[in-house]
Amino acid sequence: MQEVTVGIAGAAGDGLDKSGDTLAKSCSRLGLHVYAYNCYQSIIRGGHIWLRVRIGENKVYSHGDNLNVLVALNQDSIERHSLEVEEGGAVLFNSDRLTCEPSQVRAGVQIVGLPMKKITEEVVKEHGALLPIMQNTVAMGAAAYFANVGLEEPSSVLADTFAHKGQKVIDLNVSLLKVGYEFAKANFKPVTKEWKFTNKKRCFLTGNEAIAIGAYAAGCKFYSAYPMTPASTILHWMANHANETGICVKQCEDELSVINMAIGAGIAGARSMCATAGGGFALMTEAVGMAGIMEVPVVCVEVQRGGPSTGLPTKTEQADLWQVYGASQGEFPRLIVAPRDIVDCFNTTVDVFNLADRYQLPVLLMSDLLLSEHPETVDPEVFNGNPVIDRGEIVSEWPESKGKFKRFKFTESGISPRALPGTANTAFVSASDEQDEESILISDMFTSPATRRKIMDKRGRKIENLLKELPAPVLEGPADADLTLVCWGSTWGTVKEAAELLTAQGIKTNLLNIKYIAPFHAKEVEAILSKAKKKISVEVNYTSQMARFIKGETGISMDAHINRYDGEPMEPLYVVEHVKRIVAGVALDYDVTEAEAKDMAYHYIRTHAQEKLRPTAATRESSNGHGEPTWNVELSERATGKLAARMKVGVSTGATYSFEKLAEEK
Amino acid sequence: MATVIELPVELFKGPVDPDWCPGCGDFAVLKGVQTAAAKLGITPENLLVVSGIGCSSNLPGFLHAYGIHSLHGRAVPVATGAHLANTDLKCVITGGDGDGYGIGIGHLLHAMRRNLDVTYIVMDNQIYGLTTGQTSPTTGVGQKTKSTPQGNHENPLNPLALAITAGATFVARAFSGEPKHMADTISAAIQHKGFSLVDIFSPCVTYNKVNTYPFFKERVYKLEDENWDRTDFHASLAKAFEWGDKIPLGVVYETDMPTYEDSELAFKKGALVKQSLKTDPKVWANIVEEMI
Repeated sequence: MQEVTVGIAGAAGDGLDKSGDTLAKSCSRLGLHVYAYNCYQSIIRGGHIWLRVRIGENKVYSHGDNLNVLVALNQDSIERHSLEVEEGGAVLFNSDRLTCEPSQVRAGVQIVGLPMKKITEEVVKEHGALLPIMQNTVAMGAAAYFANVGLEEPSSVLADTFAHKGQKVIDLNVSLLKVGYEFAKANFKPVTKEWKFTNKKRCFLTGNEAIAIGAYAAGCKFYSAYPMTPASTILHWMANHANETGICVKQCEDELSVINMAIGAGIAGARSMCATAGGGFALMTEAVGMAGIMEVPVVCVEVQRGGPSTGLPTKTEQADLWQVYGASQGEFPRLIVAPRDIVDCFNTTVDVFNLADRYQLPVLLMSDLLLSEHPETVDPEVFNGNPVIDRGEIVSEWPESKGKFKRFKFTESGISPRALPGTANTAFVSASDEQDEESILISDMFTSPATRRKIMDKRGRKIENLLKELPAPVLEGPADADLTLVCWGSTWGTVKEAAELLTAQGIKTNLLNIKYIAPFHAKEVEAILSKAKKKISVEVNYTSQMARFIKGETGISMDAHINRYDGEPMEPLYVVEHVKRIVAGVALDYDVTEAEAKDMAYHYIRTHAQEKLRPTAATRESSNGHGEPTWNVELSERATGKLAARMKVGVSTGATYSFEKLAEEK
Repeated sequence: MATVIELPVELFKGPVDPDWCPGCGDFAVLKGVQTAAAKLGITPENLLVVSGIGCSSNLPGFLHAYGIHSLHGRAVPVATGAHLANTDLKCVITGGDGDGYGIGIGHLLHAMRRNLDVTYIVMDNQIYGLTTGQTSPTTGVGQKTKSTPQGNHENPLNPLALAITAGATFVARAFSGEPKHMADTISAAIQHKGFSLVDIFSPCVTYNKVNTYPFFKERVYKLEDENWDRTDFHASLAKAFEWGDKIPLGVVYETDMPTYEDSELAFKKGALVKQSLKTDPKVWANIVEEMI
């Protein structure tokens, strides 16, 4: 299978996400599969943004480990990423402003300086002076050549993108694209062979969009939210489509209001949803229990980002399992579910609206920044706009002759038929206090212990029955594997590719992905894991929360854990390398690597050298008096390239032991 | 406008009797809500009473209507969600000063600026009763409570002035010792289109020995008796600060402004709960197409 990865790097505000979209959508329309990941910071202008677009003839499940084409929009990006480009690849940059030396690339990599001013002369004559951001379009034209996807499809995507700005703007952009394409074609070789285009047009969307669309398909009528990365794009989709979908979209004053409004709407009978990140969910937790005791259907999406506290607002992590599992005081039925990819985000959202209604409980849908924000190609047939809608047992009529309506009737299934406000003869109070069958409080005058026990039993039966209808997790990959990787959420895609790589390399590996967290298929998971030869958990967190959870539910411990908690998602080779070390009995370490030592230097010089320097080399030294090996990082002046400073970073602790500016020559 | 068919007050009698302390001001408020609903012909199935937590927040359990007895401080957002989901229901929020002006003040301010078409009745006893007598956001300076044994040294909040400036379009005050006037005020508040706040002096006979029935009886007078011009924003704001020997009751401020519901596009096809859950095939096709 042929694939290629194009990376685009620059600063926030450079418009590189739009450029990435053009390329990705073009490939998607040609029938190729795309998986993109944007690594960015909590900043509107500046910083370092790193977008990777992985394109394949077959489905790709992660952003991968490779880099074939680098589009560098500033010098920093060349310095940071040019060495990652593989043989046969290309480094693209504006040669009017930037430089790339042969020493900055691996052997066999094409250095593609785009003389912007010269090659855009004709376009400027016709359309006038260019905005700096328009250079991206020239670079994308060149990238389209290197990726071997032709000029036609990118031009058509640009025409769609700028349709609202008129034909002149379209013409300008298409001419710029062509300039870049033709320049590259005249001077360089593409980095891939000819593709087998199927021309099957696919959708290209993020997990958040899939959740929003799933909510509309499921008949969601009320959506409330407070802006918070990485959940905000659900709000944006909802707000942008409110007019045609008819969904009432409410931005609230805080997350307390968000979930309480959604619960209020649920009681009144509207299908309602809200979404937030971990910090917002922390504010919501009290209300989750209220939805539990009142037996209100409501869907709450928790998109995890790097914590704790404000943590890493634009980075990914899977460290909110404890928070979501432990949300709210007391014990109550709730469904906690973690979809694994974008298709699953859509289907799960549709499903959980039905489950929330039928079992009358809050649903906590767990996503994470990677899943919520990375776009991927999906076959349009996946999106069923007419799914089965099952609202569960709702009493629409209640003649007086039937006597008093019991909102919380003790039934065998645990599900009590509910009535919506506005129905005659079924008036009741939804209370956050414990109540009896007729919704009369038992919390103040007479706390009947038997009544309390029976209502707990009733609510408990709902969860037992819910578990029976949820599909249990199954092993993916060879049944007789030597190794079982255990994962959850967005890590599935990477683990799937890693398992395939390991199997191909002779370590027969399968995987177990956990989707339903509460209720949990303890028996089934125990049966699978008790037969597994070697079990390794793979999670983007520090404390292996899922592994601990599984141990608590099944008594089974993992043999080893693979973790990542630096804000970035795992790549397949990250998993493969760690597995190999575990298999070989080599202890895992999370020491600072050479590349990371330079990366740390970038951060350091921002404050200590006003960004005038850049790291040029890092040498590992063993004997230094610091009690650990250190990286000796050389820093040179950006302007002259002259060695100007040295810093020492501990390999194990990461401590900055020294930052020494060299004396200036007179 | 449809003819109003008055209903018997007894129709709103709840399944259990209130368990408030004998003499509590909240009895009169319960009666006031029932009387207003009966007079306005709002049937129990079309009345939704939403509260938070506190003695007064137990009110929904004591009348025959749909109720939500939500979390402490969250009555307003829960009511907002329920109301937006079904705008055909009459939504009345009830609660205490701690619930509405303390822990829930943030929500109240935003509900007022949205000018939601709901009525908020605050049983203001200037003390935390259910937790046995701590200071509240409306407790007077110097008053000794369980949490301020040396005397409260925080200025009380002025709910009426706050409401007028925050954008409430109907701001009134009533007193449990004046039940008829109170029921009339609640009726007017429910009839008002937009956010209506009724702050009711509802004495706590157990824990507040300062703001008692006699305290208010000696001081209150009715604005309605003085032909008060409730439409003058600045005069109303000044009136909201009147406190001491003379304390005004009645509608301090009322204005006619567009409500949140007026401009919510989602309501153009009626109440949300009555709309079809099916997607529009054309809209769906466009949504899928725009992702390609």
